[in-house]
Amino acid sequence: MMMKRWLLAIAAMMASATLAVANDWGMGDANSKIPPSSIFSPVSTPASDISTLAFFVLAITGAIFLIVGGLIVYSIVRFRARADDDGREPPQVYGSNPIEFAWTTVPIIIVFVLILITARTIYTVQAAARPPGAIAVRVIGHQWWWEFQYPELGIVTANELHVPLSDPKNPTPTFLVLESADVAHSFWVPRLAGKTDVIPNHKNTMWIDPHQAGTFLGQCAEFCGTEHAMMLLRVIVEPRGDFQKWAAAEKQAPVQDASVARGRALFESTACVSCHTIRGTQATGTFGPDLTHLMSRETLGAGVAMNTPEHLKIWVHDPEEMKPGALMPAMNLEQKDLDGLVAYLATLK
Amino acid sequence: MAGSIEHPIALGADREQVSLPLLGSVHEWVVTVDHKRLGMMYIGGGLVFFVIAGLQAATIRLQLAIPEAGIVAPQVFNRLLTVHGTAMVFLVGMPVLTGFLNYLVPLMIGARDLAFPRLNAFGFWLWLFGSLLLYFSYIGGDGLYGAGSAPDVGWFAYAPLTERAFSRGNSTDYWILSILLTSVGSTATAINLLTSIFCMRCEGMTLRKMPVLVWLAAVVSFLMCVALPPLSAAQIMLLLDRFLGAHFFDTQAGGSAILWQHFFWIFGHPEVYILVFPAFAFANEIIPVFSRKVIFGYSVMVAASCAIAIISLSVWAHHMFSVGMAPAGNAFFAASTMLVSVPTGIKIFNWIGTMWGGKIRFRVPMLFSVAFLVQFLIAGLTGIMLGVAPFDWQLTDTYFVVAHFHYVLIGAIIFMIFAAIYYWFPKATGKMLSERLGKWHFWLFLIGFHMTFDTMHFAGMRGMPRRIYTYQPGRGLDTLNLIESVGVIFQAAGVLILLINVIRSIRSGEPAGDDPWDAWTLEWSTSSPPPEYNFATLPVVRSRRPLWDLKHPEDPDWKYE
Ligand code: HEC
Ligand SMILES: [Cu+2]
Repeated sequence: MMMKRWLLAIAAMMASATLAVANDWGMGDANSKIPPSSIFSPVSTPASDISTLAFFVLAITGAIFLIVGGLIVYSIVRFRARADDDGREPPQVYGSNPIEFAWTTVPIIIVFVLILITARTIYTVQAAARPPGAIAVRVIGHQWWWEFQYPELGIVTANELHVPLSDPKNPTPTFLVLESADVAHSFWVPRLAGKTDVIPNHKNTMWIDPHQAGTFLGQCAEFCGTEHAMMLLRVIVEPRGDFQKWAAAEKQAPVQDASVARGRALFESTACVSCHTIRGTQATGTFGPDLTHLMSRETLGAGVAMNTPEHLKIWVHDPEEMKPGALMPAMNLEQKDLDGLVAYLATLK
Repeated sequence: MAGSIEHPIALGADREQVSLPLLGSVHEWVVTVDHKRLGMMYIGGGLVFFVIAGLQAATIRLQLAIPEAGIVAPQVFNRLLTVHGTAMVFLVGMPVLTGFLNYLVPLMIGARDLAFPRLNAFGFWLWLFGSLLLYFSYIGGDGLYGAGSAPDVGWFAYAPLTERAFSRGNSTDYWILSILLTSVGSTATAINLLTSIFCMRCEGMTLRKMPVLVWLAAVVSFLMCVALPPLSAAQIMLLLDRFLGAHFFDTQAGGSAILWQHFFWIFGHPEVYILVFPAFAFANEIIPVFSRKVIFGYSVMVAASCAIAIISLSVWAHHMFSVGMAPAGNAFFAASTMLVSVPTGIKIFNWIGTMWGGKIRFRVPMLFSVAFLVQFLIAGLTGIMLGVAPFDWQLTDTYFVVAHFHYVLIGAIIFMIFAAIYYWFPKATGKMLSERLGKWHFWLFLIGFHMTFDTMHFAGMRGMPRRIYTYQPGRGLDTLNLIESVGVIFQAAGVLILLINVIRSIRSGEPAGDDPWDAWTLEWSTSSPPPEYNFATLPVVRSRRPLWDLKHPEDPDWKYE
């Protein structure tokens, strides 16, 4: 009786959970067009090395499981007390040195093999040489968004990392230097590479060598505070030509559109400028993401929402609505000003 | 007695009569230095926190049952996961397990109490105070600033998230002080156990004739003495950072975030073994009794435990494969980690060897023990996967790790705690627990456990990091998470049945007798419950199974040992 009532209570709570679903700001639809980020469908070199190693380890551990699990099942079935038991104690066996020796030695051999192949993969991934055509990116983790700088190309962007597709004959891997502006984060895009922590006061490096174009989802993997869950990122792997086109466009200052001059003036006269940069304007803040080419990004707020003018308006009005705890304050703009400002932001292609 | 004291406020004489005996027995428990009472208080207290922290886990799973649920706010969620984790380790695992050791070790070595009974009581009350501090943070954590809050930095509290700049208010300080106090209490218990084991064994019980449980209690106590101080030291350094402007972990002033990680895991990894050894210890007593066979390979079993303890002190950085260690460092810690699996494997093989050729009785303690064997095997194998450093670069900080350590903490440890409760409850209370309810408890909990934690492995391999308060739809995680959450209902139902079983049995359980399981160690030679002095005359033993010798004078153990 008590249990039934309790189950009912849980069911009611589950139902209320369904009702309490927040808006996903178009992300559900967008995500379902991208395959799940499985570590077993790698599209880039460190991830594919890891996945090969992982399959090998799974095979070994799987075999151990079958054998030892089989022994357990066999012994509980075979040696269960029967109904017609005579009540006498079974023979007492105190141990056996040869058997102990056998089940010590065999695992040692298996472990030895595992250690060797593990060490090999560690060295191939960590000690890989950097080819001349490699792209350099500086990744800076912030609470709760990603900054991407391309020092050689003079580009600064956020949350969406563009990298060129690498051709095995003429590899153009991307080498990342990871730094943090505040607390520890971890950079993880499962289909490209394992994760590497992003630690303040400590530079880390990693590399990827993608061999398939597409968009790949990742996210911060080290607990970093309130919005750790929404510190998402995506990597866009594109053919060399497309990447160069993108890079050339990012390098330009945005086109000045006279029709949104009022919005721009508003932007430049509010606190936005102390946190954000838009090249070619007075805005040079670095606390928040660079907005120079805001509209070239698919998502807003490190992947909480699709980047549409409506969503932009909600975000600028009050980021709390999409990302409670985000470190951008609500600016309390009047509707008219908000419209003008967002109209300006929407021109930052 | 009633009416002997004149009181200005008229209390009904009858009421006074009712309340005084109760007060008297509460008083008896408060001032007790009896290892059995303290042991039961540890276990009881731990189980209360188990229910609270379990409800917190249920709330976490409710929030994650569907994508983008809005049951709890992000901050609330982060507090839940921090307090749940911290509580389950320090307020549940440690006290329940040390509670059992407290209760059992003196009985098993034929002593009248631990070496330092008052130190024992001191440790308990320190633990209780520390534990209450953790939950008090929900009210006091924000000091005078606001509504108050519990710590929200995760149970391993990585720097610099815990520094003043990122953690305002006092929630982190509560976390520090709470754990600091419980650690001091645990260290006191460890010293007490070690002293008792080495100095207070009854006549004839040489080290080589101690029950395996007692050996493991010694190993655990050794590990506690070695592993807890680094944590306490790091926590004090963090307090210095937060209050006196030191910069140990303050990266904004040149401190090191990684230093904290080393300190924490130098404690944190042995801590896993501190928690799992008592579970092994229970298995070492329960599996032989229900297989009706002596433990297979006693010396190897003890040696393997010592080997695990020693190796476990040199594997901590396998929690840190992704911090960017040099390849040689990664390779070293991968190797040492995998090496642990050798003695661990030996233990599993010896348990199978014990069952082999036996006549296994599937009473409730044995059911939990068999499930423990299989689940611990799986936990060990996923542990090997995590030890393969490159594989770990993918798996660390994901739900795969959450699945792995819940396989250890629940699949192995909680299952063995349940087994131990069913096994020793008759000794402690003189009443049997219901076998029928026990089986319901077992099967419901087993089903729930596997629904919740098997699926987590796959969520992790599909890119779901741990400690996220929500996830977006469309990432292939929805179904897995829903199954995980539904499993909680079964687990909770199982625990509820256990509670009902305990209450029913205390009220009207079948009398147990001194030796309901036909067992072999000394605790079964005294009455149930044992008298305060444990044994009327101190026992004298000749083998590891003194009661076997008594029951089978024609074929005593001491002939073979
Ligand atoms: C106190 C600093 C601060 C101020 C002032 C500020 N922002 Fe932000 N802004 C941020 C931060 C930090 C983020 C990243 C938040 C996140 O993703 O968690 C951000 C994100 C954004 C984004 C999303 C960028 C992206 O690529 O996802 C937009 C657009 C934006 N801000 C616009 C504005 C506008 C317009 C103003 C002025 C009305 C403004 N911000 C004022 C700190 C600030
Ligand atoms: Cu982060």
